[in-house]
Amino acid sequence: MKGDWQLGKLDLDGLSQAARLIRIEVCRMFGRVGQGHFGGALSCADIVAALYFHELRLRPEEPDWPERDRFIMSKGHGAPSHYIALGEKGFFPKEWWEQYEKLGAALNTHPNMLKIPGVDFSAGSLGHGLSVGVGMALAARQDKRSYRTYVLLGDGECNEGSVWEAAMCAAHYHLDNLVAIVDRNYLMVDGCTEQVMGLEPLEQKWNAFGWCTEVIDGHDLEAILNAFDNARKHAAGPYAIIANTVKGKGVSFMEGRREWHGNEITPEELTQALRELEGTA
Amino acid sequence: MRTESIRERFGLAMLELGRRYPRVVVVTGDLMYPTQVHHFAQAYPDRFYDVGIAEQNMIGVAAGMATCGKIPFVCSYANFTALRACEQIRNDICYTNLNVKIAGLSSGLTYGVGGPTHQSYEDLATMRSMANMTVVVPADANAAEAAVFAAYEHDGPVFLRLGRGPEPVVYDRDASFTIGRACQLREGQDVSIIANGPMVYEALSAAEHLEKAGIDCRVYDMHTLKPLDLDSLRSAGLETNLIVTVEEHYIIGGLGSAVLEGLNELGVSTPVMRIGIPDLFPIIGPTNELRAHYGLCADNIVRNVKAALSSI
Repeated sequence: MKGDWQLGKLDLDGLSQAARLIRIEVCRMFGRVGQGHFGGALSCADIVAALYFHELRLRPEEPDWPERDRFIMSKGHGAPSHYIALGEKGFFPKEWWEQYEKLGAALNTHPNMLKIPGVDFSAGSLGHGLSVGVGMALAARQDKRSYRTYVLLGDGECNEGSVWEAAMCAAHYHLDNLVAIVDRNYLMVDGCTEQVMGLEPLEQKWNAFGWCTEVIDGHDLEAILNAFDNARKHAAGPYAIIANTVKGKGVSFMEGRREWHGNEITPEELTQALRELEGTA
Repeated sequence: MRTESIRERFGLAMLELGRRYPRVVVVTGDLMYPTQVHHFAQAYPDRFYDVGIAEQNMIGVAAGMATCGKIPFVCSYANFTALRACEQIRNDICYTNLNVKIAGLSSGLTYGVGGPTHQSYEDLATMRSMANMTVVVPADANAAEAAVFAAYEHDGPVFLRLGRGPEPVVYDRDASFTIGRACQLREGQDVSIIANGPMVYEALSAAEHLEKAGIDCRVYDMHTLKPLDLDSLRSAGLETNLIVTVEEHYIIGGLGSAVLEGLNELGVSTPVMRIGIPDLFPIIGPTNELRAHYGLCADNIVRNVKAALSSI
């Protein structure tokens, strides 16, 4: 599973491989510690692949490059997938994956921008990331820089009022350099989002808050890339992509299962998961 | 007794700060007039961001801007920042150690008739409990102006606790202000009165009265609550017989508590008396009357010092 992912070169097969690599390596990383937020890391793997192996303008050798596109994993527990993408792109040595959750390690359940090159903002407590993204987008406009800011939120995270404060603000300031992606996997810790705290009609909510909103299949790489294109072309204000996904996507016994939001994994389950992801099951 | 408005001077200081330093941006939540940063907004509209009545977003926006090389000054009220957006301050500014300054005006009882929802008695306790936070409580309008520039020079998060209306002037214009270094404003051998904010004036006033009663008081303006000036505290503890703290904040968790902790750390066991707002929600009233009602005034400091000394 080795390859050089060329920035900007559209290669759907390559992206598909990248997404698969993310899924495999994140399960391995969780497997080393016997637990992880499998569900949410797997549901956003295609989105992360599309961002890191096609969409984002980045310099791995210069993580603080002022012109870089920004990405905030606002659903902080999804960070492990982000770590795989960052390691694969060379932001830090891949050996760091083996230190995951060890005492004093850089890579942890939730991302720490002070410890991990390539992480633009720390996260973990839900509902913070979109406001921070608004700040980054405003700074870009003030400085007349062309970088774009992408914020990946969970759908359960959209229960947080602070998300809507940020949404209102982004629309008010017509931030056409800001994209929100909602990992709409319909599950949260306590169960289905619509049973715990209903979000629907979610697309209409984002629209009502002044965002041009598009609903896509969050596992269709071409649809993801098209949505990013549409966002870039939308000059009137911010763009929201509601990506319908399956929590635990890629591992049969995790897909659509509440318990796999965050769970322990047995060696046998890990072996089965990897077999399925590697296509050798 | 000359008075000057805290917020008016703050607003003008922010305007000058904006003139001198292009990286400064101001973020507010529908409070540009009450915090007087409308001057900044008028002069530098491209660097001014009003996010409306949404304090959690306000802090997040400032944090995001700080990651892009801006030096944001969040200008709002002490309780709406420290309490309403407490977790944002903790996670987005302190945990990330970003160079964001939070100016919390209308603190303590300074909006007396506003009542508890518009006052703050817990803000200092909350802010000083956060790692990476520096907490500053200037005594008057001149100190407030100096503190704005000192906050700018400081690298890292700062909570600048300010009042509202006219307060007695304690310092000359252009008095120096060093974060972390208390100002000893009066010499004395018997009692150390350690105060911050508008209570510094009350402390000085009390010291004058006590002198007439033969009690020799030194007065410290301990404007920086965190990091506390342990050198000054050690001197106060070893060189006087009683320490009295005075603050427009609960006696829980603020200056008094910090002084007790500091003395304990230093191994100095001088008796301490804490004067502040008691553990209740105050009644309402004009600020000066409220302060008198809860003993945040020279008369009460004098009374308590005499009583304490008679029992030592």
